[in-house]
Amino acid sequence: MTKIEIPEDMELVYEYPESLTQAHTHYCPGCTHGTIHRLIAEVLDELGVREKTLGIAPVGCSVLAYNYFNVDMAEAAHGRAPAMATGMKRVSPDKVVFTYQGDGDLASIGIAEIVYAANRGEMFTTIFVNNAIYGMTGGQMAPTTLPGQVTTSSPTGRDVETAGFPIHMAELLGRLPGAAYITRQAVLDVRGIRRTKKAIKTAFRAQLEGLGFSMVEIISTCSTNWHMEPVEALEWAEEHMVSYYPLGDTKVSDGLQAMMKRK
Amino acid sequence: MAKQLIEGNAAIAEAAIRAGCEAFYGYPITPQTEVLEHISKRMPEEGRVFLQAESEVASINMVYGAAAAGARVMTSSSSPGVSLMQEGFSYIACSEVPAVVTNIMRGGPGLGNVQPAQGDYFQAVKSAGHGDFHMIVLAASNVQEAIDLMVLAFDLADKYRTLVMFVADGSIGQMMEPAELPPMRPVRKPEERADWALTGAKGRKPNIVNSLYLGADNMEKVNLRLQKKLKEIAKNEVRWKEYAADGEHRIEDADLLLVAFGTVGRICQTVVREAEKKGMKVGLLRPITLWPFPSERIAELAEQVQGILTVEMNAGQMVEDVRLAVEARCPVRFYGRTGGVVPLPDDILPELEKLAAEVVGGEED
Repeated sequence: MTKIEIPEDMELVYEYPESLTQAHTHYCPGCTHGTIHRLIAEVLDELGVREKTLGIAPVGCSVLAYNYFNVDMAEAAHGRAPAMATGMKRVSPDKVVFTYQGDGDLASIGIAEIVYAANRGEMFTTIFVNNAIYGMTGGQMAPTTLPGQVTTSSPTGRDVETAGFPIHMAELLGRLPGAAYITRQAVLDVRGIRRTKKAIKTAFRAQLEGLGFSMVEIISTCSTNWHMEPVEALEWAEEHMVSYYPLGDTKVSDGLQAMMKRK
Repeated sequence: MAKQLIEGNAAIAEAAIRAGCEAFYGYPITPQTEVLEHISKRMPEEGRVFLQAESEVASINMVYGAAAAGARVMTSSSSPGVSLMQEGFSYIACSEVPAVVTNIMRGGPGLGNVQPAQGDYFQAVKSAGHGDFHMIVLAASNVQEAIDLMVLAFDLADKYRTLVMFVADGSIGQMMEPAELPPMRPVRKPEERADWALTGAKGRKPNIVNSLYLGADNMEKVNLRLQKKLKEIAKNEVRWKEYAADGEHRIEDADLLLVAFGTVGRICQTVVREAEKKGMKVGLLRPITLWPFPSERIAELAEQVQGILTVEMNAGQMVEDVRLAVEARCPVRFYGRTGGVVPLPDDILPELEKLAAEVVGGEED
């Protein structure tokens, strides 16, 4: 990327993160993946770890994330990113490893892999994007689809009697001793975006300090498959998802608390 | 180095360590568990990575991750566990990262049992996973060969950036034999990892390990590249052994040919000697690479011999490849036992006699 010289009487207040490539994303208008990608990239830049970061993309809407992050990337089988990250980090302990996963990938087909990675305290960071729907396959019911929510595979609304209940991953993983930092945030407004970035930074710092597994669950929108305007989707998520999936930390290990006090 | 009495599974594990395996991810399953047990003790001693995964699905994806990072890595399992790994095999094949997997085969289908069997030939050779690909498949018939092939497996995996499967049946995994272990090779240093591996994009563009290619043209290009590599492997890496009653190369005089691999390949060496006592001139071809298959050599021998008997510990799988190679140049018959029953020389000899009567009778008519 070409660096532009800033005239002396001007101040640089915003720039393109080095940890993002210049590629145009394939995400739908109004999608929150782009926001989350940028937050991760800003954090990698600020921590100065871009050149030693290895990322793992999932199967789902963010399957092409390897084209967007300007770091070494692998593309995992559906749900298997935490196993891949485990194998990778164990042979490259000096590297920073992260997985980027959606709700179908992490909370349905890959639930065994994420639970065991967290429980072993694997030293990598997971960014978990929860938008309560299978986006890439065209809007089917996800493990996190809300009760009564209409999708193409729950056409009369999710019936918990037959389909079971939405799963709370941050709460589930927060109970595991291997987890250093588990939190749920939302990118539905400016304040939430700033908090999410802070959480992502804490998660990566926990990894750099060797404190254990870290995950940031992020409440997101899918205006395309929710059949809403982007702003309407943000409002719907705020009203319906945040009340079902409360925001905040579900695990801050003693080691992480000590680290946060130090800095 | 002197020979030592060593169990097959322990020998496989130790050979992998000495071949420079940096990481092992696996899950217990009989009759391969001793591979995992031996390596769980030895890898930490050598300062390397051992991890017991939560499943075979996780094991193979851990292997995929470590291989993507450029490490020499393996997993080990037995038939039902290998079925669970097949998703990962396909991704590893398409991504072209090197990895080694062993299958100490047991009786099947289903949960089957823990007796030695060869029922996974089709799975290993023809249907390792979804999509068009092959892995190199190496089959041992004794403990020494298992050791030698494990070292070869890592070298071939690296050379061709491919998945290599080592297969043996449970009896080879469980038996003790005198064998010589190879010298310890130095482990590859992190800075010696391949230039395609994920090592951090420092002073270069990011590396990507991937098996997604949107668009038919893109995906076909990848397939053509993979097929070209497989052709090269098929040209360079076919391995087999031939046996005659005197242990020399008298297979050129054989009237009948046995084709068998693994444990049965070893039993058939006895059959060749016993057959000579009954006045039959029998040769044995024992494939060591099940893929690529020694088709050309079998085709040559089919011009010479009057009939071929393929013997397997399954219901007839490799015999299909023998027939494809023979192309009706001579009769190809099959004898097999399933469910973990091991065919013995006394079972096989009458089958040879039947074949002899059939082909000699055919000529007299």
